[in-house]
Amino acid sequence: MLEIREHPNRLGIRGWLVGGRWGLDRYLYSLHRVTGLGLLAYFLIHILVTSSRALGQGAWEQSMNRVSGPIFAVGEYLVFVAFAFHAINGIRLALAELGFGVGKPIEPIYPYKTAVHAQRPWVVTVLVVAGALAFIGALDFFVWH
Amino acid sequence: MIRDQKLWTWHIAAGILILCLLGLHMAIMHLDALLGLFNPFGGHPIDWQNVAARSQSLFFLASYVLLLGAALFHGLYGLRNILFELDPAAPLKKSISWVLILIGLGLFVVGSWAAWMSFQNTLVA
Repeated sequence: MLEIREHPNRLGIRGWLVGGRWGLDRYLYSLHRVTGLGLLAYFLIHILVTSSRALGQGAWEQSMNRVSGPIFAVGEYLVFVAFAFHAINGIRLALAELGFGVGKPIEPIYPYKTAVHAQRPWVVTVLVVAGALAFIGALDFFVWH
Repeated sequence: MIRDQKLWTWHIAAGILILCLLGLHMAIMHLDALLGLFNPFGGHPIDWQNVAARSQSLFFLASYVLLLGAALFHGLYGLRNILFELDPAAPLKKSISWVLILIGLGLFVVGSWAAWMSFQNTLVA
């Protein structure tokens, strides 16, 4: 009996860094994961830090003082940008998962077209909207305050 | 496989909920100069008076707990998928799942307790 040799994720994390023939879409995939992991790391710490509000005003102000200053402001801004990208790209991925924006199945006639071509306008939209949110966020974080 | 499909569907559903609730949270906390939402005393959103005002609202109590649960599930399930893609041995997969479940449940209890306690304390104050 023919045995199928599997190569489960043989590139591992290296596959995140090298887009290869998948190009921009692979980099967005990697960025979605990196921002997701960053947001998760922040969120787990955030739960513990903000839980101090249960102990009253003194405890709250003490913990907020511990996480204030320019380095934390920049860190928080990076969290905001990561959220903006992860959320907007997540909408695109959820819609693609449900079959929206991937085009209709067509016969493979040269010049070949794939779902990547149908997705490209959405990819550009994600980058533009996330960039706009990052810009507005930068104004709110560093200019208007 | 069916169980994984269900979990993946919940992962996406949790993502939609997070989009709404975390979007609101981000708008309150980080677009305050532009929008000024739910900061009744002005100043910074993390000033105690603003925090206390939000904490005593039933809407914020419910939304914090919902967001906490959805974000913990979405984040930890996403992390589990990434780790599983690295193809660990079956016993290690089981251990990873259990560790992530325990972390998620532990933080959910801590976060919910904090939301409930601050709801009660600020009501009394």
